[in-house]
Amino acid sequence: MKLRRSMLFLPGANAAMLSTAFVFKPDSIMFDLEDAVSLREKDAARSLVFHALQMPIYAESGMETVVRINPLSSPFGMEDLEAVVRAGVDVIRLPKTDTPEDVHQLEIEVERIERACGRAVGSTKLMAAIESASGVVNAVAIAMASKRLIGIALAAFDYVMDMQTVRGDGSELYYARCAVLHAARFAKIDAFDAVFSDVNDDAGFLKEVDLIKRLGFNGKSLINPRQIELLHNAYAPTDEEVDYSRRVVAAAADGEKQGLGVISLNGKMIDAPIIEHARVVLRRAAASGTRK
Amino acid sequence: MKIVREALAGTLESSDLMVRIAPRDQGLELVLQSEVIHQFGTQIEAVARDTLEKLGIDAAQVIIEDKGALDCVIRARLQTVVRRAVDDWTADWSVLA
Repeated sequence: MKLRRSMLFLPGANAAMLSTAFVFKPDSIMFDLEDAVSLREKDAARSLVFHALQMPIYAESGMETVVRINPLSSPFGMEDLEAVVRAGVDVIRLPKTDTPEDVHQLEIEVERIERACGRAVGSTKLMAAIESASGVVNAVAIAMASKRLIGIALAAFDYVMDMQTVRGDGSELYYARCAVLHAARFAKIDAFDAVFSDVNDDAGFLKEVDLIKRLGFNGKSLINPRQIELLHNAYAPTDEEVDYSRRVVAAAADGEKQGLGVISLNGKMIDAPIIEHARVVLRRAAASGTRK
Repeated sequence: MKIVREALAGTLESSDLMVRIAPRDQGLELVLQSEVIHQFGTQIEAVARDTLEKLGIDAAQVIIEDKGALDCVIRARLQTVVRRAVDDWTADWSVLA
């Protein structure tokens, strides 16, 4: 089971962080060439990320590598793409995705570079970040725009600006979260929530994690390694959930042997969605361990 | 490619390096300062020379002040400083992949 709970942002121009971030073991590590890099260091960041991606430690760690490139409409986006596809990045994160055409354009360029450098066509995956009202309204079309898409992400800072509001208790993101999530589920791809920027507020972070987990998000973008363990633990099933799921799966197996159409456990009817949910819990526990 | 102006890349933060490049008529002059020069000086110089060769730079003065950078950072900083010092950047990313 591929887990994408944590996607850790790293500023692409920071040599020390690029050299050591693998020790934090997020599920995905995202090198940022866009907002975290000043205009005069765009060239330096691109080179650092290009060479960091080729470090054997990233290939051997099993961590998914993601690069947030600059928009293709900027003076930097196309060269970002030329570099990171050649460096073997797993996933390109496209910022400010407003329409499915943005994804189509990216896909055309990625395929051209794959052919030029001898990389297997289709091996570079994509992720679209939705950061505007337009992106939210077009979320379903964006999520369906390419077979390369592994997920869509809500990016809150630009989104709330576009909506003429500010970050608050989460109500300002409610519609966008639901729209992005439904689009992802309709397209059978993953959905990622926005960053929680106050790294000293663990209680607030965990409250937000509880919300997005219950909504159904696969995970969240992070800006501080300290948030990784908190997030992973919150997403891990409890021992009680695992125990119950084992009993559900066992009861289902017994029922099947006996040819029963409907089974019960402790007096409660167990149907197909409950059995499938129990299997998901067990797969997740096998992949992540249980909650501490 | 020909180095036509002085340029600078990198920082003096830990795990990084600062590299300066300047035009030179012939040959490479490479000056290396590092706190780990006794353990890794040969390796750092080899990575720097290899990167310059792949970029087609055979004449320049290069001064590296290393702060414990990994090979990938050395390559990246050399690539950046060369790019900033030439007019006719022609190197494809694939030459360094």
